[in-house]
Amino acid sequence: MSNLLNVTSAPHVRAKDDTQRIMLYVILSLVPAAVFGIFNFGISAAVMIALSIGSCVASEYIFERIVKKKSTIKDLSAVVTGLLLALNLPGGMKLSYWWMPVLGGAFAIVIVKMLYGGLGQNFMNPALGARCFLMLSFAGVMTDFSNYKGYADTFGGATPLATIKNGGLESVDLTRLFLGNIPGTIGETSALCLLIGAAFLIVMKVIDIRIPLTYILTFSVFALIFGGHGFDLTYLAAELCAGGIILGAFFMATDYVTCPITPVGKIVFGVCLGLLTGIFRIFGGSAEGVSYAIIFCNMLVPLIERFTIPNAFGIVKEKKEGKS
Amino acid sequence: MTPDSATERLYNGIVKENPVFIQLLGICPTLAVTTSAINGIGMGLSSTVVLTLSNIIISLLRKVIPDRVRMPAFIVVVASFVTLVDFLMHGFMNSLYQQLGIYIPLIVVNCIILGRAESYASKHGIVSSMFDGLGMGLGFTLSLLFIGGVREILGSGAFLGFQILPLAADGKIGYTPISIFVLAPGAFFILALLVVIMNVVRANAEKKGKPLPPAQNSCLADNGAIQESNDPKVKQAVENIKAKSAAREGGK
Repeated sequence: MSNLLNVTSAPHVRAKDDTQRIMLYVILSLVPAAVFGIFNFGISAAVMIALSIGSCVASEYIFERIVKKKSTIKDLSAVVTGLLLALNLPGGMKLSYWWMPVLGGAFAIVIVKMLYGGLGQNFMNPALGARCFLMLSFAGVMTDFSNYKGYADTFGGATPLATIKNGGLESVDLTRLFLGNIPGTIGETSALCLLIGAAFLIVMKVIDIRIPLTYILTFSVFALIFGGHGFDLTYLAAELCAGGIILGAFFMATDYVTCPITPVGKIVFGVCLGLLTGIFRIFGGSAEGVSYAIIFCNMLVPLIERFTIPNAFGIVKEKKEGKS
Repeated sequence: MTPDSATERLYNGIVKENPVFIQLLGICPTLAVTTSAINGIGMGLSSTVVLTLSNIIISLLRKVIPDRVRMPAFIVVVASFVTLVDFLMHGFMNSLYQQLGIYIPLIVVNCIILGRAESYASKHGIVSSMFDGLGMGLGFTLSLLFIGGVREILGSGAFLGFQILPLAADGKIGYTPISIFVLAPGAFFILALLVVIMNVVRANAEKKGKPLPPAQNSCLADNGAIQESNDPKVKQAVENIKAKSAAREGGK
């Protein structure tokens, strides 16, 4: 039968994009950061990344076997979750903590994703959910950045973000922050590699610029006003390049499932993220607040979407009765 | 088992209508105090005492209490016993009292206790009401012990205060406590997982042709409390609702 006679229901024009292809793009965009993490932190980073991805894929497969559902590991979303989780683990973690990414991966997939119905149904970013689970459970290991072997001399074990928070802004070298030769989590240190990946995602139209842009802008304004350094661009650049804000803004806040789908909602979401991250970083007890800000805002998403539904084309809003 | 007999009431409270796992009542203390098994037992037993005694008194007074003010009357009875338990625990078990804190006075508003007063004790004799309270209380205690035990083992490797899993300290191989399970989020995870397991067990029992008998005299049973009320206004309201829903059904 000719294609012309092949009657199907709408949509008739299809893009080639499917979940698998989009997830592949996300993985590709994270490769520079992951490779730099391995270069920066050594073999343990590679082991943690492999274990985390393996654990996520295996738990998805096993869970779907147990509940007798079709296996969805081929859509690569579990690989993305595992990779993001690993990039959020502290660099230079000892190999004797090999079980931590395994446990975190299983938690991310089984509790945060599959129990809510699988990909598309989870209300919270699985990788960040698992990171916070590990953070609350093993705070000591998860905030221990002292095993950094690279070019360590200046920072003495603390992340640059903690150094800045404790008033050591002068000792922070911006070039190193941008390139990533600093202690931190495996994937967050190199702003350069992350920005390369983010640019790739934006060019391929995988992510929408609205969320990261409003997030970073709001945070910048907040930091300039309340950061206590006045209008100091060095401080702002250090706050942006150190810590996980770039990783969070471009790769985790933009997760399709857990961010608003409405255009206005995305802007509201970004503003909320920026405000919360600013509050957590500047007024909170800990130096970092990106992951808590993102999972908190994930929970606001249904509310944001409800108030930002765009008007359907051709429908005129009824004017409010009363004063006329 | 004959309805309303002592064994039936105990079985009903502990298994069939377990207040935590089946009825999901009293979730606030359940989540808050089960950081360890011993806290769970303490909370459960003090609730059991209050529940049993208040069921007895309310059953005794059930023909005297006017229908319209039954709620305040129940609250007064329950609150008296809670005050007693509160002072006794403060005097004789101070460390446990400090651990449970505000949740002891809050037994007053525990919905299991008011629920049993409303749906059972105010309609049945003294002996069966007493066993109803005892059964529900023991069901609550066992559930709290169970949840608290699982949380304590996972969260600190101990049970009832005894270290049963060797801890991984100073480079030794052992168990690293997953401390989220003694924090608030862990309570939700464990409660949810245990309810899932209970539901799977029930579903399997029903599949094998041994369904658990339907609930009777429970808060779950089809608005029984409202329909059986003697207040003419409430009766009228119930009639109205019934007539409306009947009309709606007829309209389809």
